[in-house]
Amino acid sequence: MAQSEVSRAVEAVWRLESARIIGGLARILRDVDLAEEMAQEALLAALEQWPRDGVPPNPGAWLTVIAKRRAVDRLRRLERLERKQQELVADLHDMQRALDDDAALDEREINDDVLRLMFVCCHLALSVDARVSLTLRLLGGLTTREIARAYLLPEATVAQRIVRAKRTLAARRVAFELPPTGERAERLASVLECLYLVFNEGYAATSGEDWTRPDLCFEALRLGRILAELAPQDAEVHGLVALMELQASRLRARVGTDGEPIGILEQDRSRWDRLLIARGFAALLRAGQCPPGPPGPYVLQAAIAACHARARLPEDTDWSQIVDLYTALTAVTASPVVRLNRAVAVAMASGPAEGLALVDELLSENSLSSYHALPSVRADLLAKLGRHAEARAEFERAAALTGNAKERAILLDRAAQQDDAHGA
Amino acid sequence: MRYLMTTYAGGSAPDEKMYAEMGAFVAELSKSGALLATGGLEPQGTHASSTGGRVTFTDGPYVEAKELIVSFALLDVHSKEEALELARRFWTIAGDGEGDIRQVFGPEDAS
Repeated sequence: MAQSEVSRAVEAVWRLESARIIGGLARILRDVDLAEEMAQEALLAALEQWPRDGVPPNPGAWLTVIAKRRAVDRLRRLERLERKQQELVADLHDMQRALDDDAALDEREINDDVLRLMFVCCHLALSVDARVSLTLRLLGGLTTREIARAYLLPEATVAQRIVRAKRTLAARRVAFELPPTGERAERLASVLECLYLVFNEGYAATSGEDWTRPDLCFEALRLGRILAELAPQDAEVHGLVALMELQASRLRARVGTDGEPIGILEQDRSRWDRLLIARGFAALLRAGQCPPGPPGPYVLQAAIAACHARARLPEDTDWSQIVDLYTALTAVTASPVVRLNRAVAVAMASGPAEGLALVDELLSENSLSSYHALPSVRADLLAKLGRHAEARAEFERAAALTGNAKERAILLDRAAQQDDAHGA
Repeated sequence: MRYLMTTYAGGSAPDEKMYAEMGAFVAELSKSGALLATGGLEPQGTHASSTGGRVTFTDGPYVEAKELIVSFALLDVHSKEEALELARRFWTIAGDGEGDIRQVFGPEDAS
């Protein structure tokens, strides 16, 4: 095999296996940083040996064995240096025994390793940016360069974030363990938030080169599906997976040929991915089978997305159910953006005047003062009510606020149309 | 990226151990989302042919046994290499045999 072909094969194995390898090592070494370093050394060994000897029959196991061997070497070296510290030496013996015993691990224990790794990467002691970078790196198996490219950041910035995150984990002596029952909900929410941030980063943008941003959606979805198997009793985990599957099903329909965004009611629904929709419904069903409790924000958002997915035509959309779901969602999130979305649903269900009344209540919200969707929604409702002069001003205000050039053009276009409608 | 992996007739005969290992492999891939759909195909089927606006159906067999597709798996992966890696694992379990791995193009690849 050619060198480039082998290195691509190594990369593929790495992406599939790295979370399990790093998770297993981190449990034994009690050090995420060291675990990753050993796994990286195994990766380098693979890049050296596989072109010469061929790809081994079980590449994941090969990488694990080499990483463990390197870990033992490292521990022995440490042992020589630290001989005087009896306690540490005893510790190292324990670790070596654990490394030897590791072959007997069953699937459930390996799964727990990956789950622990997710909790550590999304630890509350870390900044949100650090959680995202660490998750993509340690669980997604992405290189620092790939993460930097996906986030349009300099590579050094991402490298810095990862180094600092690891330092914080070490300084805070964050244990490689599942959170205690009392902290679990909050810690899990942090994991879910992190995955959804990754997804949205990919969902909001549409351009890119090699590692394009829809790939971020795919990565978040992959990690979400893995998490759903590791924490199957949590309805919100399935809710998030359902939400991501359903939103991803519309990825290729929501961008026009010139890269312009297309709203959900204008999308060509034949371009929606039915396989992902089916997976989304299945995940939502699994959420429903979890221990009962009031539905959380991800389950509710997924239920809303499911209402859209179920409608073969835009006019089939069950807007009154969507209004009810948004009402429930406003109760659990208190987010003005959710209230704005609810107002849009109310306008669809009961008419533009009812919707506009709710939108106007939001005009005093400071957090929405530079949010382009507020004037844009308002303009649309004003236009529907025939108040074209006001609609024009609002479209222009929205155009001035949006950061997206394609969207700005559409908004200015609609502003100009108000004159025609007015004159007619 | 989606890939369709197909296998031809005439491979190793499955035994109980293979069934168990393949079952675990399929379950793992389905959970991770890498496997979107999979199934075995009836050996013969019906052959359709359309010529000059006339559609005719004939019962199989219609291809050489070694070219007869007997099972398929639709994979959703990040790269061709990942698809090949999964195919490697599949064949490690399945034993002797042959098949193909081909990318599935969607509407987004049309232009």
